[in-house]
Amino acid sequence: MGNPKAFLTIDRKEAGYRPVLDRISDFGEVEQTLNTGDRILQASRCMDCGIPFCHWSCPLGNIMPEWQDLIYKGKWDEALDSLQSTNNFPEFTGRVCPAPCEKSCVLALSDSPVTIRENEAAVAEHAFAEGYIKPKLPKKRTGKKIAVVGSGPAGLACADQLNKKGHSVVVFEKHDAIGGLLRYGIPDFKLNKSVIDRRLNILSAEGIVFKTKSEIGKNIAIKDVIKEFDAICLTVGSGEPRDLKVEGRELKGIHFALEFLHQQNALVSQKEVPGPELISAKGKKVLVIGGGDTGSDCVGTSIRQGATSVIQIELLPQPPENKNPDTPWPMYPNVLKTSSSHKEGCERRWSLNTKQILGKKDAVTGVVVEEVEWSKDENGAWKMTPTGKTETIKADLVLLALGFIHPVHEGLLDELGLSYDNRGNVEVNALMQTSKSKIFAAGDTITGASLVVRAIDSGRKVAEKIDSFLKQ
Amino acid sequence: MNSLTEKGISAGEGLYSSEFEHDACGVGLLAHINGSKTHEIVEKGLQVLENMVHRGAEGADVESGDGAGILVQIPHEFILLQGIPVPEKGKYGTGLIFFPKEEKERKLCLQMTKEIIEKEGLTLLAMRDVPVNSKILGVASGSNEPLVKQIFITGGENQNDLEKKLFLVRKKIEKATLQSSLKQKRAFYIVSLSTRRMVYKGMLTSLQLREYYPDLTNANFTSGLALVHSRFSTNTFPTWDLAQPFRLLGHNGEINTIRGNRYWIEARESILKSEQLGDINEILPLVQPGMSDSASLDNILEFLVMSGKTLPHALAMLIPESWNDKNPISNDLKSFYEYHSILMEPWDGPATLLFSDGRYAGGLLDRNGLRPARYLITKDDMIVVASEVGVIPFEASRIKEKGRLKPGKMLMVDTEKGEVYYDAELKETLAKAHPYSEWLSKNRISLEDISSGRNVKNNVENFEKQLKVFDYSKEDVEKLIIPMASEGKEPISSMGNDTPLAVLSNKPQLLFTYFRQLFAQVTNPPIDPIREELVMSLTLYIGAQNGNLLEASPDLCKMVKLSSPILTNTEFDILKNLRYKGFKALTLPMLFDPSEGPAALEKAVDELCHKAEQAVNDEYHYIILSDRGVDENHVPIPSLLAVSAVHHYLIEKRKRMQIAVVVETAEPREVMHFALLFGYGATAINPYLSFAVLDDLVKKNDLQLDFHTAEKNYVKSINKGLLKVLSKMGISTLRSYRGAQIFEAVGIASDVLNKYFRGTTSRIEGIGIEDIAKESIASHKKAFFVNDDKDLENKGLYAYRKDGEYHAWNPETISTLQLATRLGSYKKFKEYTNIVDNKPNPVFLRDFMQFKKGKSIPIEKVEPASEITKRFVTGAMSYGSISREAHEAMAIAMNILGGKSNTGEGGEDPLRYKIGEDGLNRRSAIKQVASGRFGVTTEYLVNADELQIKIAQGAKPGEGGQLPGYKVDQIIAKTRHSIPGISLISPPPHHDIYSIEDLAQLIFDLKNVNPQARVSVKLVSESGVGTIAAGVAKAKADMILISGCEGGTGASPSSSIKYAGLPMELGLAETQQTLVMNNLRGQVRLQADGQLKTGKDIIHAALMGAEEYGFATSALIVLGCVMMRKCHINTCPVGVATQDEKLRKRFVGRYEYLVNFFNFLAEDVREHLAEMGYEKLDDIIGRTDLIEFVPSETNEKTKKVNLSKLLALPAEAAEYAIRQVKTQDHKIENVQDRELIKAAMPSIELHVPTELSRTICNTDRTVGAMLSGEIAKHYGNEGLPHDTIRCTFQGSAGQSFGAFLAKGVTFRLEGEANDYLGKGLSGGKIIVVPPKGSTFEPEKNIISGNTMLYGATTGEIYINGIVGERFCVRNSGAIAVVEGAGDHCCEYMTGGRTVVLGEVGRNFAAGMSGGIAYVLNEKDNFDYFCNMEMVELSLIEDSADAHELQGLISAHYRYTASPMAKKILDNWDTYIDKFIKVMPIEYKKVLHDEKMEAIKKKIAQVEYDY
Repeated sequence: MGNPKAFLTIDRKEAGYRPVLDRISDFGEVEQTLNTGDRILQASRCMDCGIPFCHWSCPLGNIMPEWQDLIYKGKWDEALDSLQSTNNFPEFTGRVCPAPCEKSCVLALSDSPVTIRENEAAVAEHAFAEGYIKPKLPKKRTGKKIAVVGSGPAGLACADQLNKKGHSVVVFEKHDAIGGLLRYGIPDFKLNKSVIDRRLNILSAEGIVFKTKSEIGKNIAIKDVIKEFDAICLTVGSGEPRDLKVEGRELKGIHFALEFLHQQNALVSQKEVPGPELISAKGKKVLVIGGGDTGSDCVGTSIRQGATSVIQIELLPQPPENKNPDTPWPMYPNVLKTSSSHKEGCERRWSLNTKQILGKKDAVTGVVVEEVEWSKDENGAWKMTPTGKTETIKADLVLLALGFIHPVHEGLLDELGLSYDNRGNVEVNALMQTSKSKIFAAGDTITGASLVVRAIDSGRKVAEKIDSFLKQ
Repeated sequence: MNSLTEKGISAGEGLYSSEFEHDACGVGLLAHINGSKTHEIVEKGLQVLENMVHRGAEGADVESGDGAGILVQIPHEFILLQGIPVPEKGKYGTGLIFFPKEEKERKLCLQMTKEIIEKEGLTLLAMRDVPVNSKILGVASGSNEPLVKQIFITGGENQNDLEKKLFLVRKKIEKATLQSSLKQKRAFYIVSLSTRRMVYKGMLTSLQLREYYPDLTNANFTSGLALVHSRFSTNTFPTWDLAQPFRLLGHNGEINTIRGNRYWIEARESILKSEQLGDINEILPLVQPGMSDSASLDNILEFLVMSGKTLPHALAMLIPESWNDKNPISNDLKSFYEYHSILMEPWDGPATLLFSDGRYAGGLLDRNGLRPARYLITKDDMIVVASEVGVIPFEASRIKEKGRLKPGKMLMVDTEKGEVYYDAELKETLAKAHPYSEWLSKNRISLEDISSGRNVKNNVENFEKQLKVFDYSKEDVEKLIIPMASEGKEPISSMGNDTPLAVLSNKPQLLFTYFRQLFAQVTNPPIDPIREELVMSLTLYIGAQNGNLLEASPDLCKMVKLSSPILTNTEFDILKNLRYKGFKALTLPMLFDPSEGPAALEKAVDELCHKAEQAVNDEYHYIILSDRGVDENHVPIPSLLAVSAVHHYLIEKRKRMQIAVVVETAEPREVMHFALLFGYGATAINPYLSFAVLDDLVKKNDLQLDFHTAEKNYVKSINKGLLKVLSKMGISTLRSYRGAQIFEAVGIASDVLNKYFRGTTSRIEGIGIEDIAKESIASHKKAFFVNDDKDLENKGLYAYRKDGEYHAWNPETISTLQLATRLGSYKKFKEYTNIVDNKPNPVFLRDFMQFKKGKSIPIEKVEPASEITKRFVTGAMSYGSISREAHEAMAIAMNILGGKSNTGEGGEDPLRYKIGEDGLNRRSAIKQVASGRFGVTTEYLVNADELQIKIAQGAKPGEGGQLPGYKVDQIIAKTRHSIPGISLISPPPHHDIYSIEDLAQLIFDLKNVNPQARVSVKLVSESGVGTIAAGVAKAKADMILISGCEGGTGASPSSSIKYAGLPMELGLAETQQTLVMNNLRGQVRLQADGQLKTGKDIIHAALMGAEEYGFATSALIVLGCVMMRKCHINTCPVGVATQDEKLRKRFVGRYEYLVNFFNFLAEDVREHLAEMGYEKLDDIIGRTDLIEFVPSETNEKTKKVNLSKLLALPAEAAEYAIRQVKTQDHKIENVQDRELIKAAMPSIELHVPTELSRTICNTDRTVGAMLSGEIAKHYGNEGLPHDTIRCTFQGSAGQSFGAFLAKGVTFRLEGEANDYLGKGLSGGKIIVVPPKGSTFEPEKNIISGNTMLYGATTGEIYINGIVGERFCVRNSGAIAVVEGAGDHCCEYMTGGRTVVLGEVGRNFAAGMSGGIAYVLNEKDNFDYFCNMEMVELSLIEDSADAHELQGLISAHYRYTASPMAKKILDNWDTYIDKFIKVMPIEYKKVLHDEKMEAIKKKIAQVEYDY
């Protein structure tokens, strides 16, 4: 394998981001890339561990040591093969994955894990640039037809896998473009949409049929779909956002994060957004409620739109910096995460509970928050104690990034009469079948909102199950 | 009588099998060269025996010996005096017979005897009741005692005719006995039957022989020669018939290849014809079944002699000396050996053979010469040959000559002619008997000499599918084949194997993976195939043997010679198409049709066997078993199955010799695969798919070599690996390894083994033939019908993969354990135990076990954790293999817990012997004594609570190790008493343990140095380990550690980690059963290790018999190890297994974590005990009855696993102890040292000089060690001022004279010494001179034995005479002057000075990495005898060298008054030119670097002054 001693002499080197002033004026990707020489050196740092914890912690089971070595040897094509043997879309995950692999890299013990995520993106980009990724048509068609409902990462992965096995796949998407959250949830500055289009071209050329603006149950009859297809896979995501039930919630200027992000992505794609519906942060004091990744995306988008100030608040306490003894290696660490957006000029605060939203003339003007204290009970569960200390944060745009509770029930899922689990997700058995025999489900639809890698993994797994089902 | 059956434990119920028995012994031969018969010879013979008592063994009841006996000439007068009307000498034959005591059976035997004698035309003249003294017998020997009678037979035309007929009579009686209805066939045994000699023997101790047979002490009982033997058997149930001497032989040694030798003899039976012996069928089988290896060898020797060969001829055929290029023997003799090597494979193994047919008598050593044999000839023509000198005292003036048998050499006396024949003379006669060279050159062709113009392809069609059919994985290619092809050697790996046994795996497995290599431990030494290459050989011959082996004829050597048994495609093509001298080959496909289902395999194999037989009938010279031609409709038969099936089938049909079996197969890729194919009978192998892989790699540029280099490297790797596998078992030649089946099967059903792998042990049952078929079909199906991927699968065997093979150490277990021990959270620890104890599928055999839960008791009633942690030890990991931080953390933790940590091999910094300033105790309680003896000083030994002799290591049993020079930094060098930058080699064997009695000697040595410490012996689990452990218990070890093969290592060849040794459970259970059955368990403690992880594991180990438990990998994991498996490249990223400063800073482990870990384990144990209802661990030790077998339904294969043998509780458990209840009696109360210490006390306490004088004899062993231990306890290695205690000894010193002698002690020995003199010398001085009054020239006579100064660190030694083999082996600092030495002088030396004022044997300086030797090269041939691999030779040019040498020789003269030294010093200017300086290259570089460093410093200094 590679160079077993490289990690001793070569330091971790991240490509880094474009300068703040440069990047906030556009929606181009913020992350830069290393030159090939440096990339190879970075890959050479992989130690080919006896137990590759990276591979273990990757939901997809990407075999990091193998393709790091192949990068080191300059065999980009084989590196791609290795990656794609476990991951359909390394160009997506290479950009947006929070990289549990790097957190459990053995070199993370000494705080300098291999730059696995960037290396992954590099492999994918190399492969596209060199033309290694070409449409490969299945050798023969089985004649079986599958409908995939929803075109997020789970749906795409499922469709890709089934198509490779020779089944005929139609992907139904209710929006005007394919990609689900990849398309309308993740800002362009993190994932340029041309990256999705590039992949969709390949998938289409390989024979997958994509139908946009096709909402089953609305403009397509459910029974037709059930009749026409041998199997149906629901990958509709987990679209029901968590709401904030406080006084003043009805005021204008309060939006769910995804409405805001969706619009911006549409705008970047030169799509029209009707004036009255337009949510703009321009010249506004923006308050983002929710300290997660989506909140962070709202921060970056607001800044780009020209907000005068951006504050992000979080109910939970500030996690420790660098290391957290509660989540030691090789677990995914719960530590303070500072995204590129955070560095673009935003204030972040923790342990704040939103009590009330204030407004003037129907429009939001500020938010009353109360400081809370957190402690752990004897079972180790977090316990919140209000302190009574309240203050008002001024804001004229409030974005709610509080996560999602479960898939949208009304409409398709209810009409299909599927059972839900106690969290409201679609219930599936070990074969990933829903309560209706030939209807399968995968991704956030069955697990609740999660990572892109998990969605891809779920999509791959459901494809296996559907394939077995069809062979019966 | 078979004691096993009598006791109701029929073979097969438990794990013990009589097949595993080993013995080693003391042997001696006395003769009047002129043949005069006296009673004195008999008497002295008995004395020899009695003076070698320490070489024999006693069982649990001290009155039962393992066996003793004497071979004498027929005492004619004595017989007449008994009133037996025998005719004159030579006209009658006689011998003792053991009859069954049961009358009916006895009558049957008698009747049989009479009939056969009559049938042969002879007359039974008389039968005498031999008087015996049964009263002295012990329980075991008494219960087996036969009725001893002596018969007298007359007839025959002349003495030779009668002699032959007596042989036939005996063989026919043996045959008739086998076919008879006798219940106890073993009880009827003819001790000897001859006109010239007779044997008295029995299950006796050496001391009992004379008392048991009053005949022997009768003054009229006379003989001209006496051959005596005392047996030290590892076996549990010594029997009367296995006592030695046999009919011609007394054997001290072990035939490692015995299984193969017996099968090949069987195979040969059909082509043996002897006019002398008539119809051979009447005396078959030639090898008497159920006997020992020595007995089988005696059978064949006797047969060859009876068919007309002389004793030397027959012996040279059976135990040939090494005759490759490195051996200085004549070409004629080499031809003799080569010719005979075609007829007979060597009976390979360590051996001193003493033989006599009543007229001739002599001795022979095997090629390695690992068992000592010294001889002495007196001026009045008496010769004594024995394992030791001093067994019979002679006045100095009577001695004419003292010598030793050298490796591979023979010595023989003709008592009729009164002549002594030395080796050269004997062999010369043999070599000249026929024109062997000419016969060979006309008939035998070498494959490498033939070239062909044919174009051979190295690729194969359908390559990717073929790879899948034969189950090649990505790891096979990347981790095995590529490294082999690029480096020319097997890849190295580290840490242990934690994947499931093949039979437990859910993935299809190659049949190869169900087998494990056996290896030598204790009873015979493994060999170092690199440093001792001169004895190794891979040469094989292909061809048919149809002629009569007993008649010398050129036709017999019509063979193709292969110097490498791995055939390249080109070589194979030549062989296949060879028409030379009518060679004919037939290819038989190894394929079957999958459409007929699994049953097709069995049918196909049967057909293959029949076709092979037909090929013999059709007079083909060799068959090619080929798996080419695999396609959709053809599945390959596993090559191993095909080869072994055909091999055994042909043996059974007695047609195996007539044809050679060549295998053309895609299957084998790694060393183990090839070793198996050879081990089960293949003659040559063409691994065409491996070559195709190479071809593909070269074409893809994944290997930047041309194909031929890659191919050459690959073949070289396999060949080197094969040598390693052979040498692990102590076998030197592939010819004897072939068919020797040195393997055990794990997880194969016995019906499969009995049918296709006859003689192979399997103890847990497992897969049947249909499962083998299914696995083959599964891979085939995957390749052709399922998997279309281009890529090979990665099976995750070497590195964890999510969908690969299960690893017991995986991310979950590692991270949970680390977290639990760091946080000190028992709750988290229980999460860990839950993951480990409730694995989804069984991985270890213990996963099939559940303990029976009794009535639970409150946990408070269970003994406290502190009692349990006392039983915990950490594994032997040297400082060097792991970092100082990790090493010390373990010591501190174990000292806090009352457990024990282990130094590992590599010494310990004396600073750690004292409590640290922080109040922490860093001293390792266990000090390991391994084969390298690094840092093993007297001080080291006295600072121990336990001294552990490491015989083998779980991850690489039978192998040595090497610490490369770049890892030996200042501090490591200091603790190892070596020089920084110099490579340190640990030899495969301990050079002072070649046999079980040697181990007893080392235990005695260590016990003397440090009487307070217990002595333990570390063994590795394999089949037969129980019997070895029994021997070790008899050798008086206080504790025996049974290590599982899953154990870790810092560096070892991958195939050893994977394929050598057995799981802990099998070894532990076998040991427990054997020790209990033998009533030895009570006197020895048992410890077990091997992937122990939780309290449940500990309880299982306890139930199977272990009192103590070892943890190594788990302890490392607690300290931060994440199973990188990078120990061998020094890049451990967590600072555990590295010496790199930067990486060591990353170490985050703390001893507190270990304290948590072990306390948690103890708590876990307590909880289980409470649940089971027991208060103490002691209450459940050995209680296999409390284990319940839980069958596993995981897959078809696991369902078939059966642990009933493993869980059997011996019936003796009712009566005998099943755990340790008493301590060993080491018999060190009355050793000479006790008196020496008393006398020297003023010196020790006040440093006043002491001068002593004493007599000494060979039974005074290890003199000086206890005294030195006493000094080291006071002063450490510093010792006393030079020469403070001076002691002169007169006589023959026993073994280990001056062992570990401390500084300040000077021993002067006037007389002679045995083996191991100056072992571990730690600063003392030893002088050995011939006795006063001797007249022989000292520089021409041997004065001391083998393996001197082994592991010496400092001190001086001056010897006025010649010494045996391996002088200064692993010397790391002592100064030695000697006047001649045997083979392998200065082997593995790392420091010090050796001066040899005379000739040396072969292989001088092998593995020598440090120190300097000066050798007097008078014959100008030293370079031939020197192994030049690591040293360079020069004349003495440097004046400093000359000065040093002169000083050393002057000292030698001053101490010994050596005439030789005087001559040299007097003629210094002439002699200085005759000396050669032997300088290790590495050492030279280090010295050079040091010099440069000094110069640099000086220059820097100069500049500074400016």
